[in-house]
Amino acid sequence: MKASLIRTLVALATLLIAVVAGVAIGETSIEPGVVVQVLANKLWNAGYALDPIDEGIVWNYRLTRALVAAACGAGLATCGVILQSLLRNPLADPYLLGISAGASTGAVMVALLGVGAGMISLSVGAFAGAVTAFVLVILLARVSGSASGTGQIILAGIAGSQLFNALTAFLITRSASSEQARGIMFWLLGNLGGVRWPSVWLAVPVAVLGLVVCLWHRRALDAFTFGADSAASLGIPVRQVQILLIGCAALVTAVMVSIVGSIGFVGLVIPHAARLLLGTGHARLLPASALGGAVFLIAADVLSRTLIKGQVIPVGVITALVGAPVFALILVGRRSAR
Amino acid sequence: MNSVLSCSDLSFKVRGAELLNGVSLEVQRGETLGIVGPNGSGKSTLLKLLAGLREPSAGEVLLDGQRLGKMARRSIAQKLAVVEQQADTDDGIRVFDAVALGRTPWLSALQPWSAADDAIVEQALTDVDAMHLRTRLWRSLSGGERQRVHIARALAQRPQILLLDEPANHLDIQHQLTILNVVQALPVTTLIALHDLNQALKCDRLAVLERGRLVALGAPLEVLTPQRLQDTFGVRAHYLTDPFDGAQILRFHS
Repeated sequence: MKASLIRTLVALATLLIAVVAGVAIGETSIEPGVVVQVLANKLWNAGYALDPIDEGIVWNYRLTRALVAAACGAGLATCGVILQSLLRNPLADPYLLGISAGASTGAVMVALLGVGAGMISLSVGAFAGAVTAFVLVILLARVSGSASGTGQIILAGIAGSQLFNALTAFLITRSASSEQARGIMFWLLGNLGGVRWPSVWLAVPVAVLGLVVCLWHRRALDAFTFGADSAASLGIPVRQVQILLIGCAALVTAVMVSIVGSIGFVGLVIPHAARLLLGTGHARLLPASALGGAVFLIAADVLSRTLIKGQVIPVGVITALVGAPVFALILVGRRSAR
Repeated sequence: MNSVLSCSDLSFKVRGAELLNGVSLEVQRGETLGIVGPNGSGKSTLLKLLAGLREPSAGEVLLDGQRLGKMARRSIAQKLAVVEQQADTDDGIRVFDAVALGRTPWLSALQPWSAADDAIVEQALTDVDAMHLRTRLWRSLSGGERQRVHIARALAQRPQILLLDEPANHLDIQHQLTILNVVQALPVTTLIALHDLNQALKCDRLAVLERGRLVALGAPLEVLTPQRLQDTFGVRAHYLTDPFDGAQILRFHS
């Protein structure tokens, strides 16, 4: 009990340090001390005398960005863990399975049809798109072979991604003005610019909720180690757990996509790294992946802002630059494990 | 009646193909009931239905007098454990953790792993003579070792009934005998699908399946008559007596 308390504290401290670093590093760098003072001022009315411009940058721009990055990273990594466990497929990831593409289509549809422009309605559209995409991809994988076959489901995911990306492009060309189109295209590649406090209040609770629901079912996720029949014979109501947790993954993905666009490979890279370090038990794998995802996306965001002076690279480009080689490594590693 | 598990008129169809047809049997407490039959006769299907892993198209299964379809998966798993024919994983899981999965039906989300669970897992590992493997990685194990770990996981469920689907399949002769001896020594009611008829002779009773139907049920030597072997398995056979211990063994001719 005591050891797990220490681990929790270490994890929270790591997250805090990552957020402070994410806020401090940027084109105009801000002393970490100043960041902490701003936090103290805002949270406890500590009353440090600070430059109001610095304070504004920290509180309204950088902090919201870092917090949303952390929530997205944690959420996407959790989704990766769920999908890999339930589908018994090490390459499962919301991006590769087309769930993110479906969510994008749903969100774009809502944005262009103008069914309420609020973030909640965007998320609802994204959720509908995510679930549709997942169901389609699984059906396609089933029809074309076994849904558990590693290759089959990834191929189905590629087909799904292409279809939904094409739909999104079609929708944009048909109904968006050129200015809207540019905005949507930039958002699609994964963009943390322009997130403010309302995004934080949506992203953070959803990421925490996703993690808590999964932790509650950690033993069920463990029980899937030897497949669905084995999980059932260990007393897991398989269908019920699959629907709940995959629904949860679709919801988290949808909310994150509706806020920052589709950011790939977080759900692939982070759970694999966590498994290598900590083994397969979900009681540790889930929180470690969430923490790793949060830190990873904060770091990716810092890189995206600082790599080219005066330019912001879409954060999805950075995660793909790291993620695609890892994907290749996993493919090769699986072959040699056979 | 002292039956812990029974089924009546059990049938199972997949896309019109009848895999099991009107099977009724009762498993007595403490016995080892063997299920034999040619390939595709429905042995695995019968075990899956008895374990509640598939819904029967007709008929019902009773576990301790309760209808299986009405029971929660968790309470089924507290009474009945299954060793599948081929359950594998690519995960880098260690043997101890693989066996610890057997405690799943007894633990809840808020209940932490306890010293009692540790003791049960270690006992299960000892029962199958696999204590020395406890820190090994699953993928480093041989086929026979994996099968023993699967049985240990089933034992860690502390079940009253154990269902095994050809547990000695694909193993070399030494490991086949080890697995079967382990199973026979277990203090639980056991239902075991077997391929090797000479090994099946050691069961308390045998059920013979032929194209989805139960065609014989009873003591091994009464059930596996030369006539039955000719009709069901399509082989001529007669019994020899082992001069060492007087046991009956089957010799086959094509």
